[in-house]
Amino acid sequence: MTASTKEYLLEASDVSKRYGAVVALKSASLRVRPGEAHALMGANGAGKSTLVKVLTGAVRPDEGTITVRGRERMAHSPAEARRGGLVSVYQEPALIPDLDISSNLRLTETPLEPFRDWVHQLGLGKLDLSRMARDLPLATLRIIDLARALAIRPDVLMLDEITAALPANLTESVLEVVASERGGEGSIIFISHRMTEIASVCDRATVLREGVTVGVVDISADSADRIVELMLGEAVGEMPERTERPALASQGNEVPRLEVRSLGSSGRLRDVSFDVRAGEVVGLVALEGQGQDELFDILAGSEHASTGEVLVDGRPVSFRHPADAIRAGIVFVPADRAEALLMQRSVRENIALPFSAPISGWGPIRRSKEKPKVDKAIDTLQIDTRAQKEVRLLSGGNQQKVTIARWVAGGVQTMLCFDPTRGIDIRTKHQVYLLLRDLAEAGAAVLIYTSELSEIQLVCDRAIVIFGGEVVAEIDASEADEATLLRAAHNLRSDALLPEEIVAAVVAAEEEADGAGEEPAHPTPGEEPGDDRGSDETSDL
Amino acid sequence: MIRRHGWTLGLVGILLVLLVVTRIIQPTYGAAGVQGLAVSVLPLAFAAVAQAIAVIARGIDLSVGSMMALTSVISASLMEDRSEGFAVLVVIGVLLIGCVLGAVNGSLIVVTRVPDIVVTLAMLFVWAGCALLVLGTPGGGSAEWLRSLTGGSILNAWIPKAALLLLVIVAAIWIPIRRSRLGLSLYAIGSDPLAAYRSGVSVARTKIFAYTLTGLFSAFAGLTLTATTGIGTPVPGPYTLLSVAAVVLGGVSLAGGRGGVFGPIVAVVILSLLRTDMTFLNVNTNLATVAQGLILVGVVMVGSLLQLRKREP
Repeated sequence: MTASTKEYLLEASDVSKRYGAVVALKSASLRVRPGEAHALMGANGAGKSTLVKVLTGAVRPDEGTITVRGRERMAHSPAEARRGGLVSVYQEPALIPDLDISSNLRLTETPLEPFRDWVHQLGLGKLDLSRMARDLPLATLRIIDLARALAIRPDVLMLDEITAALPANLTESVLEVVASERGGEGSIIFISHRMTEIASVCDRATVLREGVTVGVVDISADSADRIVELMLGEAVGEMPERTERPALASQGNEVPRLEVRSLGSSGRLRDVSFDVRAGEVVGLVALEGQGQDELFDILAGSEHASTGEVLVDGRPVSFRHPADAIRAGIVFVPADRAEALLMQRSVRENIALPFSAPISGWGPIRRSKEKPKVDKAIDTLQIDTRAQKEVRLLSGGNQQKVTIARWVAGGVQTMLCFDPTRGIDIRTKHQVYLLLRDLAEAGAAVLIYTSELSEIQLVCDRAIVIFGGEVVAEIDASEADEATLLRAAHNLRSDALLPEEIVAAVVAAEEEADGAGEEPAHPTPGEEPGDDRGSDETSDL
Repeated sequence: MIRRHGWTLGLVGILLVLLVVTRIIQPTYGAAGVQGLAVSVLPLAFAAVAQAIAVIARGIDLSVGSMMALTSVISASLMEDRSEGFAVLVVIGVLLIGCVLGAVNGSLIVVTRVPDIVVTLAMLFVWAGCALLVLGTPGGGSAEWLRSLTGGSILNAWIPKAALLLLVIVAAIWIPIRRSRLGLSLYAIGSDPLAAYRSGVSVARTKIFAYTLTGLFSAFAGLTLTATTGIGTPVPGPYTLLSVAAVVLGGVSLAGGRGGVFGPIVAVVILSLLRTDMTFLNVNTNLATVAQGLILVGVVMVGSLLQLRKREP
């Protein structure tokens, strides 16, 4: 559906930027045609964020030109970029927490009617504009941010990891919108690590590696491998398949390392029961807001359960503080790396943290002298030692590796990971997966929550699906393909439509309508039982 | 609405209780007492408003007291032995000087990227020195009309002119700003500078504007100091720290982005009245200061706890 004209809407050429000795961008280029959805891809540290910052005016490049509709436009601030028709939507919504939504809209001079239309189209039915931004959940804020950007009809809309940490239903709506905006007057730059999404909505992809544009790929059925190849600079093998680990799998009589019985909280967690054995990796799958946040907070010791109990090695425990959980051998790797790391300190200090804190980390790996352990951890994870000085200078993926490394070095009994690979490139993801598998093999019990369903089969032994605060399915890894998991997560019948299928249907319907010269009609997924729940979810938001 | 202004309303409640307590301690405390209270708190009230604006924008201005001093001595020395009409020009000029002082503070902060607290700390000494250069010792004079504007009562023995003056000036300047996009930007940069930047707000310009307003209200404070005492004072007392105390007590978050200017005004009155009550009770002055501090901490702690409780269901 790309325009066949050679004229570009946005053209960035020879963009270079260095920070001292570090070259972030070197003659990078990006050319976007009008009406196309263009993916911008690259591994962590490849220069994507820097390029985006240059385009939006947050950073001034050392060299390079940027033209929009043929006119040169170097923005020096987001405000200026917006005036030039370039709007970005980031992972952290740019909403002021202490102002209500209508004030936020006034601040950016957003036209109200178009905004409301977009909010509706993105799946948030009733939105109370007098709510304070700080009181709304993150997913809602991100949709508002997106609607705000769409409402001013920008020439170029940049979506930076827009679907990261979005629940499946909202991801669906966002992708639908992106797909339907194609062929219009404006273009979309779509930054993402998720191949399936890119494959379903984007026309072309520009790949960056080490600050240079290494290729521009037309999206087709088999372009994924080519893209990954470009990103990594070498042919990438498939992640090795999980082999059965008969030794641990047969220990059915053993007391589970971690057991949860009828756990409930005052929030969205109602009644959850499951267990995790030593040597297992269990994956938790859920749409956003189904109670998984509360579950993890309770297990990590930062919140109290109102009903049910938690047992560690068969003994009931009651945590009043995360330190209690750590003493019980449970370590928690949160999704927000800023919560887990001492940003101003160095990598070494962060990894060595558990040693300096007077907490015994007991686990399958015996503790010995700190230095060799830390060094080994750094080696194992191939943490980019370019910025070993301060953790905050590392890329997101490397930061995540540090958060996990600190527990590897100290020994882990039970590890809880909440969305560990959010917003991380493929290579780092694989490293994290291997790390988690190694941990399990060494005897740890690992519980991870992930919004990337393809991870389940790569890392986990089984998947537990939560919906409405309760466990609705327990699926063995061999059967836990993305489609099955997604249906279970929606609590749907197994023959219901999937998001990609819905998007594909939209695209197909539009193509048909274009051909027939009529208004395209969206297919109504009215037969799904999940549909009624859909309206409940939106009003919760 | 109640929730938004909850803290301020709570303070008003405390004030009313305190007034009753004062009456009980000192049965003769009446209109004259209220009158005296209003006049004495007028400069500090303006200083509190000045500080509140800086803090809302996620800054802090340690030079408020010095700017007060400077504007006080400039107005006093210019108005001495001059005509009433000239004094009007002086007032306007001094207000403009206040804006300039504030703009200098703000610009330095923005341009040098040195933290607000450090820049204003440095400027504290600069403006204080300038004040002493203008008037080495307290002196100068004040125009009659200015003095009568702040003294006495109007309409009713119970309504002090000072109070009316304060409220009218603050409302006339602050309320239109608060409702405008500029006001939103002020709160925005205080609440989340990055989100504000990404929303297209010019953080630098808004910051400078905030400090300019602080300078303006500091000038009002200096002018009223001259008006109420009749002279200019180069070293007026611990107004800066008291303004910070009033801001904290007044429900303005030191983290920025939250609060208003009327809470600090009520806080100033409460702090002053407490002082008066302790005098009536013959409490040792130094002990009174300690007590004031303890009460300040206590009220802020309780208030914060209540706010925290509300947040977590």
